[in-house]
Amino acid sequence: MSSSVLYDAPGPKARMRNRIYSVIGTVAIIGLLAFVIMRLADRGHFASEVWSTFNYANVRITIRDGIFTTLKVFALAGVLSLVLGALLAVARASDHRAIRWLATGFIELFRAIPLLITIYALWVLFLTYKSDLGIVGENNGFWALVIGLAVYNGAVQAEVLRAGFNAVPRGQVEAAYALGLRKSQVMTMLLLPQAVRSMLPTIISQLVVTLKDTSLGYIITYAELLYAGRQLANTTLVNGQYIYVPVIMVVGTIYVAMCMALSGLATWVEKRGRRAKTGIAVAAAAEPAEAPGALDPSDPKGPTADGTQPTAKADEPPGKTD
Amino acid sequence: MNVLLDHFAEFREGFIGTVWLTVASSVLALFLGVVLAGFRVSPVPPLRFFGAAWVTLFRNTPLTLLFLTIWFAVPQVFDFGFDPWTKALIVLSVYTSSFVCEAVRSGINTVPIGQAEAARSLGMTFFQTLGTIVLPQAVRTVLPPLSSIFIALTKNSAIAGAFSVTELFGWQKVLSDQGFAIAWLFLWVALGYLVITFTISGLFRLLERSLEVAR
Repeated sequence: MSSSVLYDAPGPKARMRNRIYSVIGTVAIIGLLAFVIMRLADRGHFASEVWSTFNYANVRITIRDGIFTTLKVFALAGVLSLVLGALLAVARASDHRAIRWLATGFIELFRAIPLLITIYALWVLFLTYKSDLGIVGENNGFWALVIGLAVYNGAVQAEVLRAGFNAVPRGQVEAAYALGLRKSQVMTMLLLPQAVRSMLPTIISQLVVTLKDTSLGYIITYAELLYAGRQLANTTLVNGQYIYVPVIMVVGTIYVAMCMALSGLATWVEKRGRRAKTGIAVAAAAEPAEAPGALDPSDPKGPTADGTQPTAKADEPPGKTD
Repeated sequence: MNVLLDHFAEFREGFIGTVWLTVASSVLALFLGVVLAGFRVSPVPPLRFFGAAWVTLFRNTPLTLLFLTIWFAVPQVFDFGFDPWTKALIVLSVYTSSFVCEAVRSGINTVPIGQAEAARSLGMTFFQTLGTIVLPQAVRTVLPPLSSIFIALTKNSAIAGAFSVTELFGWQKVLSDQGFAIAWLFLWVALGYLVITFTISGLFRLLERSLEVAR
């Protein structure tokens, strides 16, 4: 617990003071909550007619379909981003300068551009050149969203994996080459499995970001969960107002539950990795971070096996960006 | 190519809009995040709970959902209204503050425990320890993640454009609706964002260098 760093075990006076602060804090928080709930009740957002709309089969089917669509986009984009990330990470470790530069350029470009802009540009591109690209049907939104997510998150996952490569002790690579393994063998048998293992919590955390970002489909009017919810709220008039508040409560709870389940998985993997005595350091923070740099395992706060500081600091490539 | 030259005024307005929104929300998010981090390490349980709840809630909610909430649900509940720019500012700061809070908290954890113990043995209060000993040291470890967070904030501000706030993405949308080639628009708008994000990472690198000390 970090809190013990900052203050001593409280004495009688401090205990009294803390108790007063606790009471004030509790009253303030409960007061705030009560105010919001009262406002909601005043405006009739807790009326039974409003909430009973969720008993209608078509409302439930809309929400269910929304969840399925979101999960479909997430699954496909997640898998594609991992494949792309692995390819880019390997390309970045290539011996050929041209390939290395191309991969670096790709990663830096798509990491710096807002994902929404990539998705939107792809969408417009698909709509405009529909016939030329041979796209049939109404899947423009779906593919724009999936490809956009895969490209952005692939670039991020590539950086995560690269950090994982750097966390593998140099001696192992040297030993592998000394045994006569080829570069492709070193990559597939030595570096990639260890990098994936040590970076698994971070990889899963980035998947949480991917899951959250599927909601950008809302902006290109693709019918994932958020857009489905908006359509539902927009077309349902109960007691003279559209049911935005209940729909957002329901949809928000679903999103938070899905993301927390996935972060929970990351934390579990991290704890499990720490317990296993494989000698492979597992990345520390397993919380959804907004930016990959925040979890950069090549810095001293990074992966630690059994609480020891990593020694591979010197392996950090000079061209690191963040 | 001509899109940039013919519509330079729009691009400039969008660029300035993005910069302005980013700077304003960064400042507010930093303030909120530091206060929340203070809550999370304080000896008062309700405040710790509040901080943890805030971080859990906002880190696991898609930003688009927050935009949707403040645009459509909040006006149904409260009487006072905000203009779109203020709404975007609130959403971006609240969302980003949860990430800032966690970065600051983990920065506090990297300060050697002896520092705080020494401060306490000198008789400093909680706020003195936090304000004069721990936070200034934490700042140095927090800078790299903060830079990433603010770069992410810049990129997230694009969503505000989709909700009719004047910034770069908003103009891309308007111009592409008018039928301009998306490839060129994408290139110019991307370039605008690259300028901003590289400026942020450059500024933070300068800060890091000037604050660097031997530990």
